[in-house]
Amino acid sequence: MTKRPDAATQLAIYRRMALIKANDERSRKVIMTGRLVMPYYSPRGQEVIPSAVSANLDDSDYICTIYRGTHDMLAKGVPLKDLWAELAGRVTGTCKGKGGPMHITHPKSGVMVTTGIVGSSMPIANGLAWSSQLKGDGRVTVAYFGDGASNIGAFHEALNMASVWKLPVVFVCQNNEWGEHTAYRKATAAARIADRAAAYAMPGVRVDGNDVFETYAAAREAVDRARAGGGPTLIEAMTYRFHGHIFGDADAYMDPARKAAAIAADPVPRFRAHLIAEGHASEEELAAMEARIEAEIDEAVEHALASDFPDVAELRRDVFAMEIA
Amino acid sequence: MMAQITILEGINRALADAMAADETVLCFGEDVADPEDGGVLGVTKGLSSRFGEHRVRSTPIAEQAIIGAAIGVSLGGFKPVAEIMLMNFTTVAMDMIVNHAAKLRFMSGGQTNVPIVIRTMTGSGFANGGQHSDYLEAWFAHTAGLKVVAPSNPADAYGLLLSAIDDPDPVLFIENLPTYFTKGEAPAAGHRVPIGKASVLAEGADLTIIAYARMVQEAKAATEALAGQGIGVELIDLRSIAPWDRETVLASVARTGRAIIVHEAVTPFGVGAEISAVINESLFGALKAPVKRLGAAFCPVPFSRPLESAFAPTAATIEAAAKALLA
Repeated sequence: MTKRPDAATQLAIYRRMALIKANDERSRKVIMTGRLVMPYYSPRGQEVIPSAVSANLDDSDYICTIYRGTHDMLAKGVPLKDLWAELAGRVTGTCKGKGGPMHITHPKSGVMVTTGIVGSSMPIANGLAWSSQLKGDGRVTVAYFGDGASNIGAFHEALNMASVWKLPVVFVCQNNEWGEHTAYRKATAAARIADRAAAYAMPGVRVDGNDVFETYAAAREAVDRARAGGGPTLIEAMTYRFHGHIFGDADAYMDPARKAAAIAADPVPRFRAHLIAEGHASEEELAAMEARIEAEIDEAVEHALASDFPDVAELRRDVFAMEIA
Repeated sequence: MMAQITILEGINRALADAMAADETVLCFGEDVADPEDGGVLGVTKGLSSRFGEHRVRSTPIAEQAIIGAAIGVSLGGFKPVAEIMLMNFTTVAMDMIVNHAAKLRFMSGGQTNVPIVIRTMTGSGFANGGQHSDYLEAWFAHTAGLKVVAPSNPADAYGLLLSAIDDPDPVLFIENLPTYFTKGEAPAAGHRVPIGKASVLAEGADLTIIAYARMVQEAKAATEALAGQGIGVELIDLRSIAPWDRETVLASVARTGRAIIVHEAVTPFGVGAEISAVINESLFGALKAPVKRLGAAFCPVPFSRPLESAFAPTAATIEAAAKALLA
């Protein structure tokens, strides 16, 4: 049994989880009330994975994530104000409003690429990890992706190369049982994605991705291995998507009983109750933390909506280094 | 007489000089390191022995992984030169090239950039058939965020490759397989050819021929044949396809009033169409004849020798097209 993280680390993990949950609820509300128009892929239900993984990362470590990765970005430290301004398409956003929700980039917190293409986080993560290997800077790169992405060619190419080159990269597959609208078992021949690691001669481990301690321990081991030059790891973190593929999707394809069971086992209140039961925090302390998060989100949303839109001249900028005449 | 080198040597020298000057320059792709012969044709021979296999690295046959690694390592501060052995294999890496390399600067609001060079070879004439010979440059030139160059001689190959490595944006560097061993003047060490600048190879008053890559050699032969018949051709080697040198082309066509654009890619929707459109938009009243596009037949590159010989423009077809314009 791997040692559990200390109380401060557990609280830091919970803070990330509570932030992701609150941010998701606010995102859906803001879209529902028409204050923002954007494509939104909810990560609700998957809070534990990046929260526990990021507890093993430094600010300088890199991640590459995907269009559903708001939780990955927040867990890695993208500032709420910059994030919300980007969601609102404002010039104060992480990407001056030019990327939007599917392309959040924030190198200061190590969020190097967010891709809207299934599977594409992995080959680029390899290159970032290669840069660390060449420099010997000790950084680790995490590639986040879903179970659906494990069926695309980029997964195979990237995991093979990472293993041959012993790159300091951790492949974190968030298996939420759904690839868009299609269930895992209809799209994936392997019973366990973690088993595929054997084909690349790399360690593969399946964990309960809604269990903080299991996920933390697997990430600890993988990150330590990568930092020590031991090469990549594939972690398959089992979880469940509480909502449809994209906001507005009626999710009729999801079995209501399975979904209800997943929601009943919501990992966020579950870990909250654990922290109180173990005496790591009081109800009042957690309530105060959550109130602060809500206030930060309030402030971020207001900041975003009050910010200016980018000038149309931005169409000619950042296409190349030199502005187009 | 200046020392002569081949195009292949020009490329090899540029890589060596760039790697010697800047330790962040990397070179990788299928078979590029010396244990794998320094490339199937030896373009990268000697580099891994000199700079180490950590900087000159043979890869799996995995084009998405190659370009993905190039993008990522460039985000980490390096200047990679990734080789996609044949241009047709870029199709396997299109997501990485078009969705990622070309767009990350814009989508990140300028926070990140992808200063990579993708070297790739192609060209008909070697009986390689339909999946090893295509010129696909128009696809890339049509993608905002990519630069595309296609040199025709050793000095330009050297100078354009150094400029591509210096460039802060992704550059596709197209090499022509049948002319790798074509000789030309050796460039001075460190010689740069600016991206976006054409070169005028012959001056003439009657018509302008715009060509790039191997078609420059065919156009040169046509230019000489036409000169013997009293027809003055202004021959422009475009060198850079995206961006292309509008100033030089338009100034020339403004003088001659006639233009032929020659490329080895198929004609419809090609680079010739774009250049023709710009000439028409800019010089409509000054034209003495319709702008002519001369490209390959609209079919996959064929295998059988008589078919392949008839596929792309030649000196003879260029000469005939020129005479038709002047008739």
